[in-house]
Amino acid sequence: MTNFSHAQQEQSGSAGKTVTFSSEQGLLTDGGGAIAPLTLAYETYGKLNENKSNAILLCHALTGDQYAAGIHPVTGKTGWWDAMVGPGKPFDTDRYFIICSNVVGGCMGSTGPASINPRSNKPYGLDFPVVTIRDMVRAQSMLIDHLGIDTLFCVAGGSMGGMQVLQWAASYPQRVFSAMPIATAAKHSAQNIAFHEVGRQAVMADPDWRGGRYLEQGVRPEKGLAVARMSAHITYLSEAALQRKFGRKLQDRSAPTFSFDADFQIENYLRYQGLAFVERFDANSYLFVTRACDYFDLAADYGGVLARAFKETKTRFCVVAFDSDWLYPTSDSRSIVHALNAGGASVSFVEIESDKGHDAFLLHEPMFNATTRGFLESAAAARGLRDSRK
Amino acid sequence: MKQDPHNPRLDLDVIADLVTPGSRVLDVGCGDGALLQLLAQTKNVDGRGVELSQSGVNECVAKGLSVIQGDADTDLADYPDDGFDYVILSQTLQATRRPREALRNMLRIGRHAIVSFPNFGHWRVRTQLAIKGRMPVTGNLANSWHDTPNIHLCTIRDFVELVDELGAHIAHGAALDRYGSPIRVNAPWWIWNLMGEQAVFLLERRAPQK
Repeated sequence: MTNFSHAQQEQSGSAGKTVTFSSEQGLLTDGGGAIAPLTLAYETYGKLNENKSNAILLCHALTGDQYAAGIHPVTGKTGWWDAMVGPGKPFDTDRYFIICSNVVGGCMGSTGPASINPRSNKPYGLDFPVVTIRDMVRAQSMLIDHLGIDTLFCVAGGSMGGMQVLQWAASYPQRVFSAMPIATAAKHSAQNIAFHEVGRQAVMADPDWRGGRYLEQGVRPEKGLAVARMSAHITYLSEAALQRKFGRKLQDRSAPTFSFDADFQIENYLRYQGLAFVERFDANSYLFVTRACDYFDLAADYGGVLARAFKETKTRFCVVAFDSDWLYPTSDSRSIVHALNAGGASVSFVEIESDKGHDAFLLHEPMFNATTRGFLESAAAARGLRDSRK
Repeated sequence: MKQDPHNPRLDLDVIADLVTPGSRVLDVGCGDGALLQLLAQTKNVDGRGVELSQSGVNECVAKGLSVIQGDADTDLADYPDDGFDYVILSQTLQATRRPREALRNMLRIGRHAIVSFPNFGHWRVRTQLAIKGRMPVTGNLANSWHDTPNIHLCTIRDFVELVDELGAHIAHGAALDRYGSPIRVNAPWWIWNLMGEQAVFLLERRAPQK
C-alpha cells in the first residue's frame, strides 16, 4: 500500500475531501481507456478506530454522490441515505467509520466527463472512457488503500450501489468482511437497459447537447436531461405509490384546462423532479453512469456462472429486496442468493414489504431499518468490534 | 430448554441430540431461529436457515444467523447436492404443498434429513374424529379446519411408508408423548402411532448397493 505518497494529493476544501492520483497512478479502464490523473471526491462520517476495523464503504446509486448523510452542500437537502446514516442510526456514526465516494464518471468532484481532459485542456465530454461498475470499484479500492484500510467491515449500497457491493465481494473477497447488496441485480435486465436508453436518447436529442461538447459552448441540454430524469423517476416508484400520492388529483385547479399545462399533480411533480435534477447533474455524466449499469453482468466475468464469482467467499452477506420494486425485482435478488447459497456462503435474505417501489431503500422503512441494524450488529460482534456506547 | 406440554416445539431438544457437533446444518422453516441458535451454542454447527415470515427472518438476522426468506416448496430446489450434513424440517412438513418433493430435496441437499411432525394417528386425534365426528383440534394441531396451515397431515405409519418409497433409510426414530419424552424404543409401531403426539425421524439416503 502506498499511503499518502507524493503521487497522491489530499485536499479538503469547500468541495469536500478529494484525493488525486497522479498521471502515473491513474485508472486503466475495462474498456481499454486510461483516466489519469484521477480525482476521487469523498466524505467520511464517524471515527476510524485504532486497528482500522470499523470502516464501512457506502456505494451510491446512479445519481447519488458522496454526501450520504447530513446536509448536502450543493442542494441544501439532506444526504441520500440520511435515513440510515448518522448517530444511533443503523449505519451508526458513533460506532462505525463511514466512507462514501463519488463514482468515477460522476459529477460531484470525482473525475468524469465534465472534468478537464489533460490532453486537450478541454472538458472530456464523450472522450471520457466508458467506465464499468468494476472500474468504479477499482477506483474505490485505490481510495481505501489511500486511507490505509486493509479490510472493510462492510460494503453496502442500493441499486447501482448494490452492483458495486457485489463487484467488491467478487473482486476483493478478503477485503470485505460483510456486504449488503440492496434492491439490486447481478446483471442489468433488457428492461433496465431499455429505460436507460430512453434517458440517453432524450439527452442526445436536445439540440443543446451539441454532440457532448455543450460545456465548451456555454449551454446545457437541460430539457433532454430533465425528460431523462422524469422517465427514470417513474421507474423508481410503484403504481400503488403513484396512486396513493397523486391519483388523478389536479394541480391547484378545480377542472382540467383543456391544454397541455401540468393539470395533474403527477405531471407537476415529474416536471419539478426534472428541473431539480438538471441543477445538480451533468448530462454527459448521466450517459456514462447509465452505461456502466448496462454493461454490468457479474456472471459473465466468471464463465457465466454467478456462483463462481463468490467461490469460497468468507464474506457475510445480507441481501435485501423490496416487494414493490419492479426495476430490480425480488427475483433478481433471489438469483444472487441462489448463487451465494450454491457457494456455501453465509447469506441472509429478506424481502421487505413496502409499496414505495425501488426508491424504498432510500426511505425510512422500519423493517429495512431493523434488518440492517441486526445484520450490522451481529457482524460487528463477529468482527470483535466493541460497542462504545455500552 | 424447558419441557412444557403447551409448547408445541418441545421436539427441538430431541432434534438437537441427533446432530453431530461441528456439522453443517440447514433448518428449513426455522422460525425465530431458536433451533439454529441452540445448535450453534451447544453443537458448534455451521447453520443456515430458510424462513417464510419477514419478522422471523429479521429476528434471525438480528441474532447473527444466516437466514433467507423462502419456503420448503419453492426454495429447496435451488440448493446444490450435498451442501449440508443435516437438513432439518421441524413441524413444517404438514404445511408444505408437496411434502414428497420437500423430503426428496432434503435428502438430496443433505446427507441426513431430520423431520419432526405432529402425528395424526395419535389416539386423541382418532377419538375426536371417530367419537365426536369433528376435525381434531389438539395442543399440537391448534387451528380449526378452515384456518389451519396444515394441509398435508399424516400419521407415523404414513410417513414411514413415504420414506420407504423414497428409498431412504430411517437411522433413528422417536415418538414423543405430550411432555416431549420419547416413548420406549422397543415399543411396537402401532404403539408409537397411537401414543406419539409428535414424531422425530433421522433419515439417511440408502447406501448404494455394492
